[in-house]
Amino acid sequence: MDTSVENGMITRSDLPLRVINSTPEAILKTKKRARRSFRQIRTENVFKRTLMIMGLVMVILVLGILLTLIVQSLPSIKSLGLKYLWSKVWDPVQDIYGAWPFLLGTLLSSFLALFISIPFSIAIAIFLGEYHPKGWLPDFLKNAVELIAAVPSVIYGFWGLAVLVPIVRNLESHIGVEPIGVGIFSSSLILAIMIIPYAASLGRSMITMVPSHLKEAAYGLGATRWEVIRSVVLPYTKSGLFAGILLSLGRALGETMAVTMVIGNTSLIPKSIFAPGNTMASVIANEFTEADKPVYLSALIELGLVLFLVTVVINLIGKKIIDRFTNE
Amino acid sequence: MESTIIKSRNFNASFGTNHVVKNVNIDIPRNHVIAVMGPSGCGKTTYLRCINRMHELIPGATCDGEMKLNDENIYEMHPIFVRLKIGMVFQRPNPFPNLSIYDNVIAGYKLNGVKLPKAERDRIVEHSLTRVALWNEVKDSLNKKGSFLSGGQQQRLCIARAVAMEPEVLLFDEPTSALDPISTSTVEELFHELKVNYTLIIVTHNMQQAARVSDKTAFFYMGELVEYDETKTMFTNPKDNRTQNYITGRFS
Amino acid sequence: MHASNVKYRLGKSYGFQILTYVLAFACVIPLLAILFFIIKAGITKINWHFLINVPKPVGESGGGIANALVGSILIIIVAAIIAIPIGILAGIYLSENRKSRLAYWCRLSTDILQGVPSIVIGIVAYFWLVKPLGKFSALSGSVALAIMMLPIVVRSTEETLKLLPDSLKEAALALGMPFHRVIFKVIVPVGISGILSGVMLSIARITGETAPLLFTAFGNPYLTTNVTQPMQSLPLLIFNYATSPYNDWHDLAWGASLILLLWVLFLNIFTKLITRKWKVQL
Repeated sequence: MDTSVENGMITRSDLPLRVINSTPEAILKTKKRARRSFRQIRTENVFKRTLMIMGLVMVILVLGILLTLIVQSLPSIKSLGLKYLWSKVWDPVQDIYGAWPFLLGTLLSSFLALFISIPFSIAIAIFLGEYHPKGWLPDFLKNAVELIAAVPSVIYGFWGLAVLVPIVRNLESHIGVEPIGVGIFSSSLILAIMIIPYAASLGRSMITMVPSHLKEAAYGLGATRWEVIRSVVLPYTKSGLFAGILLSLGRALGETMAVTMVIGNTSLIPKSIFAPGNTMASVIANEFTEADKPVYLSALIELGLVLFLVTVVINLIGKKIIDRFTNE
Repeated sequence: MESTIIKSRNFNASFGTNHVVKNVNIDIPRNHVIAVMGPSGCGKTTYLRCINRMHELIPGATCDGEMKLNDENIYEMHPIFVRLKIGMVFQRPNPFPNLSIYDNVIAGYKLNGVKLPKAERDRIVEHSLTRVALWNEVKDSLNKKGSFLSGGQQQRLCIARAVAMEPEVLLFDEPTSALDPISTSTVEELFHELKVNYTLIIVTHNMQQAARVSDKTAFFYMGELVEYDETKTMFTNPKDNRTQNYITGRFS
Repeated sequence: MHASNVKYRLGKSYGFQILTYVLAFACVIPLLAILFFIIKAGITKINWHFLINVPKPVGESGGGIANALVGSILIIIVAAIIAIPIGILAGIYLSENRKSRLAYWCRLSTDILQGVPSIVIGIVAYFWLVKPLGKFSALSGSVALAIMMLPIVVRSTEETLKLLPDSLKEAALALGMPFHRVIFKVIVPVGISGILSGVMLSIARITGETAPLLFTAFGNPYLTTNVTQPMQSLPLLIFNYATSPYNDWHDLAWGASLILLLWVLFLNIFTKLITRKWKVQL
């Protein structure tokens, strides 16, 4: 292996010549590389700008949605004022608009659905997070829960109409209530099934984050499994579970199709859980294309605005709680 | 041709208000192996990453002073040009996991959209892999992905990838700290052969490695270049007290 | 501690365990009930004619759901074409800019968008596209669905790319690669499985959506491929026909429900399979 120095260039005889910088070919190559790289630098800047524009698009989208809702609600806000929200009569034919029946319907159906679903969601979360994190059985349950979330809402509605409503009608005739079948109660049942996955999956991930040394400390003191769950796991994940419940609530408030199909579509204030009614989402779905007066349409849009603001706030609070929990 | 390839004058680097490289003046001669050593947090890695302008990628990172490659100011060139002439090998071997060994070696060309004729590509791959003493070990599995290679082989693959770009300078950021002793010695053997065609600057926290492989050594301490001399002299007769203390193990 | 006290506590613990198991698995019951009922009610209605005919007027038998099948596919494809590029690029933007102000607002907007009820998006799409153009159209429906897809695609792209080690990007940059090539030739290929699963998930989500299409695509008794016209989609058809008083149309709705269910199931399973297969070991 000879190393020789010639004209300031060092070469080795056993390796292919590596020419440094001086021959015409090498200079041309460097020039070509420079040209290529200039083009790349221009593209690079265009690309970086494009990325930023896409980020901006998301912000503009949300602002646009808010703006559109506000602008389209203005006619109703101006002529009906704020008392629209607690007026009790909705009679578009007579030009009387009151949102209270729908607010009440939404609150009743969503919170009833929440109360029904919470025990099940938490049970799933504890089962998957604490009792049985690995194995074929929890995999099966996990897939089943994901499936519940994947079934389209219109299919829930259809099944509810065809199967659940007759059962509820039967139940109603037995307990002495007018046996209609459709109503707040039926819609709450369907909603309850639909929102189980949200609190369940969030709860599960919160529960798996409980540090094992805390649990071991409790076991070391002679606590039983349930006592560890009750006194260590649940208190630790309290805020996370609450966030999961908020997410489920947000989902329930915004659900349209399944509710529309089984709630009975009556714009009267529901007298009991078993009475038919309407939610903000379902009345929009039903009457939007029939709204022939500007104030009528605008009143419906205003409901949409309220729905938007409420669900956004609930979801953001939930996400904030989760962020704080996972960054602690 | 000038014998100094990299020159720094009054060079400083900071992370926000944290001043980690202070007033460095150094002349790096062509075709030499320069070791940069010092205790953790002394600024040696930061200084290295300033040479190929990787330092400025971190949000809040700044630097000032003069840094020249062949008398051209590195900070007046576009970073892409700098990196075509100054290659880098990192602490953890990082071949691209979705590319074959062959494609990894010419990744610098292929991923940059440079179309070379197949003969040229083959030549570059064989040449680069031979340069890092990997050709015989992988020449029959060039189309496989590199995940079956040992740590030392993966690191040599990364060196081949950098060499394929025909840079003038190769920067090494603690290249063997993630490798076992045998892989470490195969990589160290390469330094001696590579310096024939490139200038090597190697950051290491391993004093013995600095003594083994380098011609000159720079000792950094708390952001300052404390001493810079022929390696033999540095280790047998250091001029600064701090160098003396570091070498004798008073702090590490 | 008395032995009997311990026995009581252990018994209580065991009891709660049983309660938890029971409640957890009880949720599977309504799911199975729904699946079985849809299969039973729908399977007899599906045949070749069902798939290639359009619905017949009330009273005539032999209708089908061809218009809804074609319509669903078209609306989804257009929605995907709109949402996927924007979503992936926005996701790349977020993963490359952790701390900038715009990134904060962008992330917030994505979170907000994810929680907006689908009917509200339908309202907005109506005012953005239907009213100005003067008619219902599949395109407006696609836009509404694209808006619903965006948060999912953006988030999953961002999360996937965030997980990739920095050393990958550094290795590419150190070779003198310009930023756009680093992203498209190195980062995205390594993270492709995560990005793809986000895309598939978003498509599975909008496949079953009805509310955004109520006042945009609106529905159409005839088969059309013109996206500037109103178009039928499977969920819309199911809604309209299920709530109608005619038994013939109920039958169509059952068959359509089964098809929709199978389609959504298939998409979800397919997503799981490809992410498992394409996972790149780093």
